[in-house]
Amino acid sequence: MTNPNGNLLEVKNLRTYFNTEDGEVKAVDGISFQLQRGETLGIVGESGSGKSVTNLSLIRLIPSPPGRIVSGEVLFDGVDILSLPEAEVRKIRGRRIAMIFQDPMTSLNPFMKISRQLMEITQLHLGLTKAQAYEHAVKMLETVGIPDARSRADNYPHEFSGGMRQRVMIAMALSCQPQLLIADEPTTALDVTIQAQILELIKTLKQATGTSVILITHDLGVVAGMTDHVIVMYAGKVFEQAPTGELFARPGNPYTKGLLRSVPDPTDERGELYQIPGLPPDVARLPPGCPFAPRCDRAEEICRQEFPPFVQLTSEHFSLCHFANEVYETSK
Amino acid sequence: MGTEETDINRRPTTPTADGGPLLAIRDLKVHFDLRGGRKGAGVVKAVDGVSLDINRGETVGLVGESGCGKTTLGRAILRLNEPTSGHVLYRNHDLAHLSTREMREHRRHLQIIFQDPYASLNPRMTVGQIVGEPLETFKLARGREAEARVQELLETVGLSKRFIKRYPHEFSGGQRQRIGIARALAVDPDFIVADEPISALDVSIQAQIMNLLQRLQREKNLTYLFISHDLRAIRHVSNRVAVMYLGKLVELADAKTVYADPLMPYTKALISAVPVPDPKIEAARRRIVLEGDVPSPINPPSGCRFHTRCPYVIDACKQVVPPLVEIKPAHFAACIRISPEQPDIDKVAPGDAPGLAAAQSAAATSETGE
Repeated sequence: MTNPNGNLLEVKNLRTYFNTEDGEVKAVDGISFQLQRGETLGIVGESGSGKSVTNLSLIRLIPSPPGRIVSGEVLFDGVDILSLPEAEVRKIRGRRIAMIFQDPMTSLNPFMKISRQLMEITQLHLGLTKAQAYEHAVKMLETVGIPDARSRADNYPHEFSGGMRQRVMIAMALSCQPQLLIADEPTTALDVTIQAQILELIKTLKQATGTSVILITHDLGVVAGMTDHVIVMYAGKVFEQAPTGELFARPGNPYTKGLLRSVPDPTDERGELYQIPGLPPDVARLPPGCPFAPRCDRAEEICRQEFPPFVQLTSEHFSLCHFANEVYETSK
Repeated sequence: MGTEETDINRRPTTPTADGGPLLAIRDLKVHFDLRGGRKGAGVVKAVDGVSLDINRGETVGLVGESGCGKTTLGRAILRLNEPTSGHVLYRNHDLAHLSTREMREHRRHLQIIFQDPYASLNPRMTVGQIVGEPLETFKLARGREAEARVQELLETVGLSKRFIKRYPHEFSGGQRQRIGIARALAVDPDFIVADEPISALDVSIQAQIMNLLQRLQREKNLTYLFISHDLRAIRHVSNRVAVMYLGKLVELADAKTVYADPLMPYTKALISAVPVPDPKIEAARRRIVLEGDVPSPINPPSGCRFHTRCPYVIDACKQVVPPLVEIKPAHFAACIRISPEQPDIDKVAPGDAPGLAAAQSAAATSETGE
């Protein structure tokens, strides 16, 4: 079942819409990307950009109604997840594709011992006996660096700190040695020194197991240190896609450029920070043309009228912009 | 407790042209009794002996991890949390010891902006009422005059004056934060505590709010205490940075120095943990990853509170509380393993504690003082 071109995941023209009081919201609107085996893909965007909906769509966790996946393909190891029966998807979810979320407190059951929550997964997916599952749980807790794992295994989630809970989530996610780990803002709720620990842990475990990772974040610093490729999302669209080094060195989209310039550089002097004017768009009421046009310093009449093309800049670098080539040429 | 004068002389001060800081915080403590102070329930020493000068027109960045007491310190200055002991000197008054009524007079000059723009605005009040309320409270303006002032304030913070009749839910997070800023500015304050003002906002909006705060500072000669866990934001907006760990200041210097040349091991680790938005730097840098979590402030570690996680710990660190010492000119750090003569901890011989003698004499002084 191995995909010949080395892609573990191929997303084609995915559209996920929500019915709301404001009408139909195109939360994810025709996005495509690939993820190679063993690589880490970063998905960056502001709130409402569609980055989380994208990932919930990949494993078919979109609440329906009000949401529905309108079209597209999600080829995981060559099989389209979107056309599988629900029972088959369940075998993939948690087993071959695992997720960790921003808030480890709400993703753990407060009434269950940590050990039992870990055992549930391996008993279900790997058919381990209770005793085997317990040993496996302890081993996983050790792997993610819980000190005194054997005695802590029978604690409840509230007895763990935020960073420790996120470690438990990672232990849980990696219990069945998944091929793909989706981490949705895994360190946003954590302190800086704890964030460093968790990111380091994800990196180490990734190297040890060869798991592919999708890392969703709003923090460009985290993306810079963790990922091989980056997708920048805005208003439900992929605005730019490139290898990480290239994206930072030579952005080909005005939005990416603006984002990069608006993050304070710790080595820089105090002064005026570049700011993208205006607000992120209301996805229910997108303007015609380019959704970023009202905030863009490069926008011309065409941007307000016509939807921009997805321009290929190099073999792996794409940008959704009428002036993609010009922006790319003038970046550095 | 020592007399006022000796206290001030001993503490880090940066002299200013107009003869002293706007705010002088001296040995401020905020302790919370757990379970109404019953015996054995414990005390949270959220702020435990902080001294800090804030000069007119500057921004002091206060940085630290959750639970370090940075928010409590900011709130205690304004008496939103009652100080347990210590002093907050402002315009020849000690704010920490004023009666509620006296404090109210001063509160006009001391304002706060909150982290959560959703929770800090009354959902049943219009923007006009929210921004206008302080004018009424302090009897600064009423009727037409107040309305004109509110409109002016909205424009100052970059909002349309047409918004005056709208309610908070009609605004985005960034716009709500602007409303909160307009409310703080309504009374023409000297000093604003900005408590995590950008943490809840999107990246592109964070830049807008930081720029707005800086522009207002220039235009109105405001002084800020900018509290944040975001080290990049702190670096950007601050003139000086104070690093806090479990209720104590552990390092204080101008912003550039703290980032380029951190002295205390916790600050070193904190700075090295900040992700930099540059893949080349990220690939090349050596990160100090600290072991373990921040300990509970209920039973903080003895001696140096950082000793449980410190890669440079020696036995003496567990016993002696390190004072904040001027290691380099205008650069203070709390660590017994460095001294003005040996400021670089990596060059100090293993097991040595050149700052130990100074720490012991400081401890002795404070004991006799009390």
